[in-house]
Amino acid sequence: MTNSFTMPDFALASPEIFLLTMACVVLIADLFINDDNRVLTYVLAQLSLLGTLIVTLAVAPAEATYTFSGTYVSDPMGTILKSVIYLVIAMVFLYSRGYLKDRDIFKGEYYVLGLFGVLGMMIMVSAHNFLTIYLGLELLSLSVYAMVAFHKDSLQASEAAMKYFILGAIASGMLLYGMSMFYGATGTLDITELATAIEGKDSNDIVLIFGLVFVVVGLAFKLGAVPFHMWIPDVYHGAPTSVTMYISSAPKIAGFALFMRLLVEGMGDLHAGWQDMLVILAVLSLAVGNIIALAQTNLKRMLAYSTISHVGFILLGILAGTNAGYSASMFYIITYAVTAMAGFALIIILSRRDSEADNLSDLKGLSRRSPWIAFMMLLLMFSMTGVPPTVGFYAKLLVLQAIINVDMVWLAGVAVGFSVIGAFYYLRVIKLMFFDDVENDSPLKVPAEMNIAFSMNSLAVLFVGLFPGALIAMCAAVFV
Amino acid sequence: MFADLPLLSLLIWVPIFGGLIVLAVGDKDPWGARPIALIVTVLTFLLSIPLYTGFDTGTAAMQFTETANWIEAFNIRYALGVDGISMPLIILTSVIMIIIVLAGWKVITHRVSQYMAAFLIMQGLINGVFASLDAILFYVYWEAMLIPMFLIIGIWGGPNRVYATIKFFLYTFLGSVFMLVALIYLYFKAGSFDILAFHAVQLSLQEQILIFIAFLLAFAVKVPMWPVHTWLPDAHVEAPTGGSVILAAIMLKVGGYGFLRFSLPITPDASHELDWLIIGMSLIAIAYIGFVALAQQDMKKLIAYSSIAHMGFVTLGFFISFSIFASTGSYEGSALAMEGGMVQMISHGFISAAMFLCVGVMYDRMHSRMINDYGGVVNTMPIFAAFMVFFAMANAGLPGTSGFVGEFMVILASFKANFWIAFVAATTLILGAAYTLWMVKRVLFGEVANDKVAALTDLDGREFFILGTLAFAVLLFGVWPDPLVDVMHVTIDNLLQHIAQSKL
Repeated sequence: MTNSFTMPDFALASPEIFLLTMACVVLIADLFINDDNRVLTYVLAQLSLLGTLIVTLAVAPAEATYTFSGTYVSDPMGTILKSVIYLVIAMVFLYSRGYLKDRDIFKGEYYVLGLFGVLGMMIMVSAHNFLTIYLGLELLSLSVYAMVAFHKDSLQASEAAMKYFILGAIASGMLLYGMSMFYGATGTLDITELATAIEGKDSNDIVLIFGLVFVVVGLAFKLGAVPFHMWIPDVYHGAPTSVTMYISSAPKIAGFALFMRLLVEGMGDLHAGWQDMLVILAVLSLAVGNIIALAQTNLKRMLAYSTISHVGFILLGILAGTNAGYSASMFYIITYAVTAMAGFALIIILSRRDSEADNLSDLKGLSRRSPWIAFMMLLLMFSMTGVPPTVGFYAKLLVLQAIINVDMVWLAGVAVGFSVIGAFYYLRVIKLMFFDDVENDSPLKVPAEMNIAFSMNSLAVLFVGLFPGALIAMCAAVFV
Repeated sequence: MFADLPLLSLLIWVPIFGGLIVLAVGDKDPWGARPIALIVTVLTFLLSIPLYTGFDTGTAAMQFTETANWIEAFNIRYALGVDGISMPLIILTSVIMIIIVLAGWKVITHRVSQYMAAFLIMQGLINGVFASLDAILFYVYWEAMLIPMFLIIGIWGGPNRVYATIKFFLYTFLGSVFMLVALIYLYFKAGSFDILAFHAVQLSLQEQILIFIAFLLAFAVKVPMWPVHTWLPDAHVEAPTGGSVILAAIMLKVGGYGFLRFSLPITPDASHELDWLIIGMSLIAIAYIGFVALAQQDMKKLIAYSSIAHMGFVTLGFFISFSIFASTGSYEGSALAMEGGMVQMISHGFISAAMFLCVGVMYDRMHSRMINDYGGVVNTMPIFAAFMVFFAMANAGLPGTSGFVGEFMVILASFKANFWIAFVAATTLILGAAYTLWMVKRVLFGEVANDKVAALTDLDGREFFILGTLAFAVLLFGVWPDPLVDVMHVTIDNLLQHIAQSKL
């Protein structure tokens, strides 16, 4: 590293700078907005995301470009992941508005924290140094801890926030400890230099492996892979649904970026080491996620375990260690975030001011109450099962392709085997909606904007399933 | 005139879009959905006719082909085409669909538009399965087909429908996912998902055996073969009449088709190596399931088990070829067996459909499927009884009906391979007659059993038309199977030559 100071290229980081500014603007503007006009905060937050998207696309470089002394990278993968994050969070904001209003927690803080969380994710996606990675991760985590506890009258939410905070802090500690090992072994915090330093090193080097274990554990915690998944069901269940939706979608995308930056770009030469670890994590996630989900009666908890099983699939793509594998995982995480978000949106649609409709039995006879909404949910469930012509099928197809290509056919067999087990609980949702009799046969009143957003979201799952070529090509173009 | 149309695409997408239109029409006008559904199925049938008239019986190559890029990154194409194996199955589907729509005309009273739409969409997907030349396209149709079927059994089925439909879905899903793994593996061997390229790919015996087993899981569940048949009686019993008809007449054929299109040509050596397994399973299906059918009290269950037994002939016919070739050294016997299997598939499509419709006709009047609730139906429903006796005879394999042709061809060919195989297979002639005719005796003949039976009314025009059409088809192919055998002859010869060459 040179010691002379060079002026960094601020333009590359302008999306982050823009969003930071806007988040502060929203924070201050919200002080001057009274409760009747709170919708302005919402609009401002949405505009901030839109603006950030425009800035991101405007300054996106065609190939990886580093700035801030190599601590920050802007590359095509980052651009795509960030754009999807904005889109997903904008949808989350849209879905949440009515929900928050109904519960008298329609406050500016939700949006400010949400935007800071997005900023954290953007930094995670673009970080290229242990310090910036940690910075982004903590910015996201702290925002999310606060959001989980946001409904301060809810005991459940407070409990969930506490659990999340403690487990999250442990995970961060693990990650930091692992990073310190790498620093000790290589003397650098920079990802590029790290990669050079461990080039050709034996993957049995004791310090490196020691550090690697802690890094992988930290990452697994954040993404929610078994056996570091314990926080997921509790937090998903306890948090207000609008926050669950937030946690379950975009942060997973940022988590994927973290895997790519740390394990692939930084520790690519230790592939043999982390591949084995990820195999264990992936198989356990597939097994535990799918099997425990069978026993859930709460829709949020069921979706939480389903997330865990999907994380297993995402890890499969990464551990393949090929470009095809990475792009398969990227495709998987993007489509999964969109699908999962819609799943939680259904809970919001069904919920009333006085009751959370998050029990599976609340879905009974939905097809009588609203055939259209039920049909949209059917698409989502088949997508999560992986049945064509929905997008979930291609996500699984690409991952399976990637691992079969590296001669891990047995792992593909395990993955599809557990998918069949998983199919049962998705089918049960459909069974409840379509085959069971209605308990509460009042027609479902859905606000128009929710209806449109939910329908678009679910139809996107079908549409990308029918014409997946463009998105696949986009994800494949990132890794060449 | 029809040569320029993308016929296969139309056969897939006309029913699917027709289904969406029916769905959009909804149930506000209680009769709105039915005529549209009927028009769509008739239109699809008319579209399938040029497939037969324009078919060149002199070539084994794919015909009516269409190709377009679909997912370029992995060289996945929207590729369609038919040969002598798939073309008759598509036409069978078109005919059966009209009958299904008519069969549900009055019986289905709730969610009519959704019912019709589910069947129409299903028709498009099934045609897609038969016409796909790209493995992923095939798989997409193959799996998507489960969705409407799952809903049909689950929504319009009998009391235990949820158990049956989830069992059905999970069984078939389990079977197919391993096929997907095999298809991806083949992709890396062949460099594309083109099914015909899969046929040419070289594989070691171990690879072939694993792929063969993966395919077997998928296809055996669909056929269904013993011992993975247990979903079928449940699904049949709970499904509405239309659902039973499509299951028996078409869904089961998809499994048989899979053996011909995938297992045999892609893994000929493994098929040869493991043919004893399939032959054994087929013989168990024929003999043991025949006995199981004998013990049934529920008419639908009885016919469901008889379907399994009859499908045993299909798989037996397909896989006995190797033994015939080994013992006689010529293709001729093998061709007889394989064509017998194909004829049996088509014929079973008509006969099983007719049998389920007969039960449906009685069920609509009596709301019971139990044999014990009936007796002496012939006294009140003479025309119906005539039809049912005819179809029962066909089911038992009476010469002159299509049921005889396929079974006879397979048994005849089996003699060339091994006397005992043929002997066990031939027990069906006794068993089939026993369980079918015994049921007919108990249901149709004898004294009028109770007041309900005494109050039965005979067939109306719609029912007469449905059963009459099927009776005509069964009789036609029974006395004159040539139109069917001619179209498949060249394709089957080609297939046999292909599988006779070792890939090792």
